[in-house]
This record gives sequence, C-alpha cells and structure tokens, in this order.
Amino acid sequence: MSDEKPARKRKARLRDERITLVHGAGGKATHNLIEALFLEELANPLLELLGDSALIEAGGTKLAFTTDAHVVQPLFFPGGDIGSLCVNGTVNDIAVSGARPIALSAAFVLEEGLPVADLRRIVVSMAEAAREAGVVVAAGDTKVVERGRGDGLTVTTSAIGLVDERVSLGDEKVRPDDKVLVSGTLGDHGMAVMIARGNLELEVEIESDSASIFPLAESLFVLGDDLRWLRDPTRGGLATTLNELTEACGLCVVLEEKALPVREQVEAACEILGLDPLYVANEGKLIAVVAPDRAEEALALLRAHPLGAEAAIVGEVESTPEGLVLLQTAFGGSRVVDMLAGDPLPRIC
Amino acid sequence: MRYIDEFRSGELARALTKKLAEAMPSGRELALMEVCGGHTHAIYKHAIDELLPAGLELVHGPGCPVCVIPVGRVDDAVSLALEPNVIFTTFGDMMRVPGSKGSLLDARSQGADVRMVYSPLDALELARANPEREVIFFAIGFETTAPSTAVTVLQARVEGIENFTVFCNHVTIGPPLKAILDAPELRLDGLIAPGHVSTVIGSHPYDFIAAEYGRPVVVAGFEPLDILQSVLMLVHQLAEGRSEVENQYTRVVREDGNPRALKAIEQTMELRDSFEWRGLGSIPKSGLRLREEFAEWDAERRYTVPGISVPDHKACQCGQVLRGLVKPWECKVFGTACTPERPIGTCMVSSEGACAAYYHYGRNRPKRGSVSA
Repeated sequence: MSDEKPARKRKARLRDERITLVHGAGGKATHNLIEALFLEELANPLLELLGDSALIEAGGTKLAFTTDAHVVQPLFFPGGDIGSLCVNGTVNDIAVSGARPIALSAAFVLEEGLPVADLRRIVVSMAEAAREAGVVVAAGDTKVVERGRGDGLTVTTSAIGLVDERVSLGDEKVRPDDKVLVSGTLGDHGMAVMIARGNLELEVEIESDSASIFPLAESLFVLGDDLRWLRDPTRGGLATTLNELTEACGLCVVLEEKALPVREQVEAACEILGLDPLYVANEGKLIAVVAPDRAEEALALLRAHPLGAEAAIVGEVESTPEGLVLLQTAFGGSRVVDMLAGDPLPRIC
Repeated sequence: MRYIDEFRSGELARALTKKLAEAMPSGRELALMEVCGGHTHAIYKHAIDELLPAGLELVHGPGCPVCVIPVGRVDDAVSLALEPNVIFTTFGDMMRVPGSKGSLLDARSQGADVRMVYSPLDALELARANPEREVIFFAIGFETTAPSTAVTVLQARVEGIENFTVFCNHVTIGPPLKAILDAPELRLDGLIAPGHVSTVIGSHPYDFIAAEYGRPVVVAGFEPLDILQSVLMLVHQLAEGRSEVENQYTRVVREDGNPRALKAIEQTMELRDSFEWRGLGSIPKSGLRLREEFAEWDAERRYTVPGISVPDHKACQCGQVLRGLVKPWECKVFGTACTPERPIGTCMVSSEGACAAYYHYGRNRPKRGSVSA
C-alpha cells in the first residue's frame, strides 16, 4: 500500500436531509455520501483509499477484501440473474485489485412470498458462477422480511483474495502517455436489464455480460509494474469509472470515439432512448491502464481469452486538462465526458 | 450503424464546414438561434460549435420541455404528489427539478408515491392495474408530446377509466418565439427550427417569422450533419438577402405536419388565456389545458393545487439563458452552486437544457461571448 495521500481536490459535503435515489446511482451524489458520511465517521487508512478492495497485510500474507450488495430488478434477465451477478460482481472487485479471489460469503434477505423454486434457481446459478470463478461460498446468512419490504430478494456478498506479488496497482501509478484498454463491448449488462424490465417495449436481444474477469486480469499480471491500474466499469459505466481515475490522479484521459467497442444492438437501443453507452453498466469487463510500450502486448493478452476477444485500446492518459475525461468525437470535435449525475434517463422527445 | 453513421461522417462535416466558411457574408457577424434543446444537446455532444467559422454564433433557445416549466408549476406537482392515495407519474427528468420546497424526488423520499414513466400510456396502465389508487400524469412538453397525452385521455374515456388524471402543462412553440423576437435586447439573424415539434405542426407555423420579422428559418434534423447543413442553408439565405421557411429535415417533416396528431390535440385540449413560462413570464395563448368535456381527467379540476407563481431562485439566470441573453457559463452560479447533481435552475436538470449540455460536454471549450446588445 502506498503512503502517498490520494490527491482529492475538494472536500465533499453532504447537504441533503434525506436519502434519495440519486445517492444510489453511482455518480457524484454517491461519492459525496461516501466521502462526507461513511468516510468521515468510519475513517481509517484502509477505507480511505476507496479502492475496489481493501488490501490487508496479515501474518506476512497480503489479502484483498471487499463487499457488495446486490439489488436488481428483474431478478432474472438475459445472460444472467442475481445469483451469477452477486458472485461475479464481488469476485471482479477482487480481481481488479490485483488479487486471486479465494472465498465468498453471502447474506440473503428474502421477502416473504418468494417462490422457493426461484431461490433454488438463483442459488444454482451462484454455485455455477462460483465454480467458474474458482471460489467457494464459505459462509452465509439468511433473513426473511415481511412482504413488501424486500424487493423479492437481495444478496450481499463479501470476498477475500490473495494479492498477486507481481503487480502493484493504484491511481498514483498512472503516468501521462499510458494507454487505456477495455476488454470488450460496453453497456451490455445495463441495457439487458433495462430491456428485461419490460417497460421500454423495445424488441432487441441483448444479453448481460455478467462474468468473472479474473482470468483476463490475471493474464495481464505478467506486465508487472507496467500494469498501472485496473477497474471493472459497473454502475455509471466507463465514463464514471474513468472520471474517478482522473479525479484521483489529477491527469486527463482522452478517449477515441471510433475505437470504443459497442455492440450494434446496444448502440441502437441507446440511440432510441437517448442514452450513452459510456454511462451504461457492465458486469464482465475490465479497464486497464498500461505503460505505452506494453499496450499492444496487453491487447494481445486480452484478446487471447474468449472474454477479451473484442478488447481494444480506446485512449490514452495526458497531463492536461487536469482531472477531465475527454472524447475525440468521430465527427471531428472534442468534448468532455462527465461523471454521471443521477440515473441515466431516456429522453422525453 | 446504418442510418446513423451516414449522418455523422467526419469527412462530410469537413466538406460542409469548408462551404460554410466560403458562404459567410464578409464582414458580418451572424447569430442563429437553435430553438430546440435537442439541437443544443447534439451541438455540444458532437462538438459542432467547434467547427463553425469565426463570426458565426449559435444561441440557445427555449425549446426544452423541462426547462420552461416555472417553479410554481413544480410546486403544484409536488402538492399533487403528496395527496393521499395518489400515484404521481412523470418523465424522469422532471423528478429532479427543484420547486420552492424541494423536488418530486424529495417528495418521494418523504413518502409520496412518485413513479417514472416513459409514456402517458404507461401511466394509464398503472391506473388500470391499481383501480383503488388515483393515478396522475405530469404532462409536459411542446406539440411533440401533447399528442400522446391527447391519445391517452381519449383512451381513458373510451375505457371509462376514472382513476386517471392529467396535470396538463403542454405548451406551444409559436408564442415564445414571438416573445423572443419582440424582445429588444437580443439580436438574432435566423432560426434553426425544432425538428420533432415540426413533425407534428409542420413548417407553416414559422411563416410569420420569415414574413413579419424578416428572419430566415430552417427546420432541422438532429444528427450533426443535419445541423451543419441547416446552418449552411440559413447562411445562404442571409447572404442572398432572403427570409424564407425552408425544411432541411424532409425525411421526417411535412409542410402540413401530422394532421391526426393535431386533431387529437384539438379534440382534447384548448389554449389557456395565459401560461407562465420560466424566464419569459406569462405569455397569452401559449399553454394548453384539457377541454371542459374532459374535466373528469383533468387533475387541476379534480384537485386543488396552490397555483401560486413563484419567482426563480434569485441567483438563477435560467430565464436569460432560455432567451439566449446569457451563455450558460456566464451565469453566476454555473458549475459552482448549480450543477446537474444539485441543480438550482431547470436548464441544469434536463439533458436538453443548455446549462447541462454545456456542463456535460463543453467545459474544455474556449468560451465565446454572448450576443445581447
């Protein structure tokens, strides 16, 4: 772990009197809530780094430790369900911390009336995802709440992993001229779930990309210190995740619109709804920042794995303008890619 | 992607910008207003303003359905949402617009049942599914969205659905344009007319702008090449001393619009004597309400709303932004006290608002001055 203090520009303030949905959307309000309330009250050096996982040294072993609460409607969607999601989401947070996931715990909150057949289907899916990710569900807990108080089912999973000694990742490792890679197409999960909710009346087949990305991450560990930074762009999408990076390291990321891999169905659905795939969630993708002279090698490593077949180099790190993510548009201009504020909303007209 | 990439070709854009630079009448500064917020959004998203020749400026107009709703109407909506037994339905953007005592999202955190819908028909479906509850739909927008509200009300009548009402805030595009053209402080050379509204109303409603005000108008599509081409058409008219209504968006817009949609509006709605607009004040014959014969489905007749006109937050300059007098970044609170996350004014809430568009996409840009005299 680095002794350097992360560079945070301004102190977050929480002026809201109540929690609204905006606090859960993964954008600026979420950040304010975390920094001005949770970090303020629970302050400690492990939490303050706000990484995907905390890195803990215990008895000479370096462990990565993380937790994630999973709420999704509907519980089942094309390409996955809450069972596979709650394993992959947490395992991926361990993987992008440069660690091999070992074990999971799972805490279920079940709503009165939930069909047991649904629960079994979800747990079977969990078991399958755990097998694929090479982890065991080693501990668990179950609570049942009254009808109307539980959204069907929510699962909180925590995971530990063993840190790979070859790599040391962090915001502060990123340098100007480094390259930015994504492991595949953007926005598949978020769009699959949005469509599965059934109120958009779009008939298009899009599957969630929910998967363990540990094999992809591990394939990059051979880059050693030339692998600077890894993240999985979940809620808030690529745009929000890269904004978190630029805000923390004070550098700029310039993306090339033409290089961004987006499935045609996702692009079309986004066009119709007025959404931007850059902000739509992924559950089986990673973003890597690597040293410029290793970028092609990193790309080949990712593409060697079936999950990374559509990997691409999508941009690079520059020193200015500080703290911004920019996009070179295919049309020939350049614009800011801001952090998401609130949930992405379809346009009105 | 087919039918999209063709309208976003960088190569064609370069050819058009070259033509545009050649067409510019020498020694003249031109200010063109893009009336529609959808255009504003596209201009910033694709960085079209960066491609324009020196001396040509785009001014943002009032065509953002969320932005023009005044504080008082938001307060009315919050009050309706807090009525017992009500499911209050709205387009997502309206949820975050601050009223004088908070937004609909705040009302929801206090227990109001506020739900986001994608269409008024979704709200009607909620009414069918919850016969014991009262469902209110927050209807906003220009002639673009008014037909879907109209059709929904007609459907409610056909099915005899009694637990459904509309809080009608529909407005028409002509009167605010006239108000802007009549204002002495803004100099405009031409207008890029809104494409989606025009699919409904056609291009004739803009005839008065060309005839009475001598300003050229081009109805434009929303892809970047549409907008560039429309700008070029306006510059040609100005260079040739013409003022006509031309249609660039011919693949969608017909001169007479969509007669069936217009008929549905006509059948269910009538002009109010006057309607308050954010930034433009009260404009006669500019807002729509349900006709007496549809009173049963009119939330303003079924419930009591405060109906109080509330001035904008004193630091907010949305009014001037909507009239093209102030650029988003010239507002005192832009990006500091007012951000998309914590908006003070409507222009920062909606993705079609000029402030939100500039905040999201344009903060790396050199700032061009405003055109107010």
